[in-house]
Amino acid sequence: MSDLYELRCRECGKLWGNRPTSFCEDCFSPLEISYDYDRLKKRVSREKVASRPFDMWRYAELLPLPETFSARGAIGGTPLVAAGNLAAHWGAKNLFLKNDAVCFPSLSFKDRVVGTALAAARRFEFTTVGCSSTGNLANAVAAQAAQQGFDACVFIPADLESAKVINTAVYGARIVRINGNYDQVNRLCAQIADRYKWGLVNVNLRPYYSEGSKTHGYEIAEQLGWRLPDNVVVPMAGGSLITKIAKAFRELITLGWVEEKPVRFFGAQATGCSPISSAVKQGLARFEPQKPNTIARSLAIGNPADGPYAIKLIRESGGWAEDISDREIVAAIKVVAETEGIFTETAGGVTAGVAQKLIREGRISREETTVVCMTGNGLKTVDAVTAEFPVTEAIAPRLEAFEAYLDNQLTHAAGTNR
Amino acid sequence: MPVTIEIPSAFRRFTDGAPKVDCSAGSIAGALNELTSRFPAIARHVRDDSGQIRQFLNVYLNEEDIRFLGGESCAVKDGDRVLLVPSIAGGI
Repeated sequence: MSDLYELRCRECGKLWGNRPTSFCEDCFSPLEISYDYDRLKKRVSREKVASRPFDMWRYAELLPLPETFSARGAIGGTPLVAAGNLAAHWGAKNLFLKNDAVCFPSLSFKDRVVGTALAAARRFEFTTVGCSSTGNLANAVAAQAAQQGFDACVFIPADLESAKVINTAVYGARIVRINGNYDQVNRLCAQIADRYKWGLVNVNLRPYYSEGSKTHGYEIAEQLGWRLPDNVVVPMAGGSLITKIAKAFRELITLGWVEEKPVRFFGAQATGCSPISSAVKQGLARFEPQKPNTIARSLAIGNPADGPYAIKLIRESGGWAEDISDREIVAAIKVVAETEGIFTETAGGVTAGVAQKLIREGRISREETTVVCMTGNGLKTVDAVTAEFPVTEAIAPRLEAFEAYLDNQLTHAAGTNR
Repeated sequence: MPVTIEIPSAFRRFTDGAPKVDCSAGSIAGALNELTSRFPAIARHVRDDSGQIRQFLNVYLNEEDIRFLGGESCAVKDGDRVLLVPSIAGGI
């Protein structure tokens, strides 16, 4: 049976079958996976999906997986948290957090995109896989490559947080540290993919890789009871995730699995790397690249190739984009942890902080159903919040010492509240 | 040494297979114009109908994105390398 999907140029529409390439050889625009939805409708139903285990593979027919594909382990299937405490704090209602901070196996939404990328790598008979990464993607590639028996080589900026480096090294991947920022690492990887026969998941396998992000969107819709939210707030690095969540929603409408309704898309960036949000706020179609300078390393892409598509989507959906400072990012991480018990990384802090800003400014209605996407775990960027928690003085292991400590704390609290 | 334009493999069918093309231009614009004059088939892949460099083509001068160097008017000198790279962003 022939594939129900193939590569299609996003600009000129030319079809390219299935191959490990990410750009159209006619116009050099990006390629995307295009599906035969009429045939898909006959292959799968909402009921069939609902009967499967709750992870990303339940949506298999909507992903670019070969006929021979067999899932190695669960990926995704993360909680959609009704964030009542956070909502009350922000003066909102109907607020949800999509919690990929606990995505399996490597605790970020990147596990989803690597799932589909490695399925493609196996199809195209690559034995070595890799990526350019600010950390989360490297973690996911290393973990899944180990599970599936690929060799892995990942390329990272040399000054990446140590937690992210260790989180890749532990799985046995080769790590190549580059003296440069992420955009320079990425450009180098484009040249490496050109030269070597490796499956670089976010370079020559990019169209297959990016489809995995749709499952973040499918799950949101299913967890809301097969309905779409009013607003979605999404962090933006390369700009792919926000466009893929939109694609997921469109597909569910096409399949008749959710009622058609408009969804407003809101993009979140750090002020220290805000090419897309700046373009949206200034009404530009083309962004101007930036040199990133932010603690939100996982969003530090100054030259986002999906930027034009993210800008267009945000504008056409009636949404907006915002950015916040590093101080606001840290404050948002703490608020999410203190209200909902979720420890998200800096990208999650960006998204939560921007959501708060958009609600405060009235761009997101307090009454509507809003989903805020938490894309990675806080343990990956502990360095960003360490300064907030200075080491406290230890006490002696005696009851009297604790009583004195408690008295001191209560006195201090009373003094502070006066 | 002349100014060298490095051609990605996807473009080499327009340059008779050459991975590098030497030129003697004084600016990025001049280098790209020399390239498209010598190999007219590559022209529509470098510039769009309005004459701007195509949205999904990144141009680097000695590994720095030319958008940080003032764009096409940026000067080049002998020994410089101009890289053409299809735009591919990564993940996070």
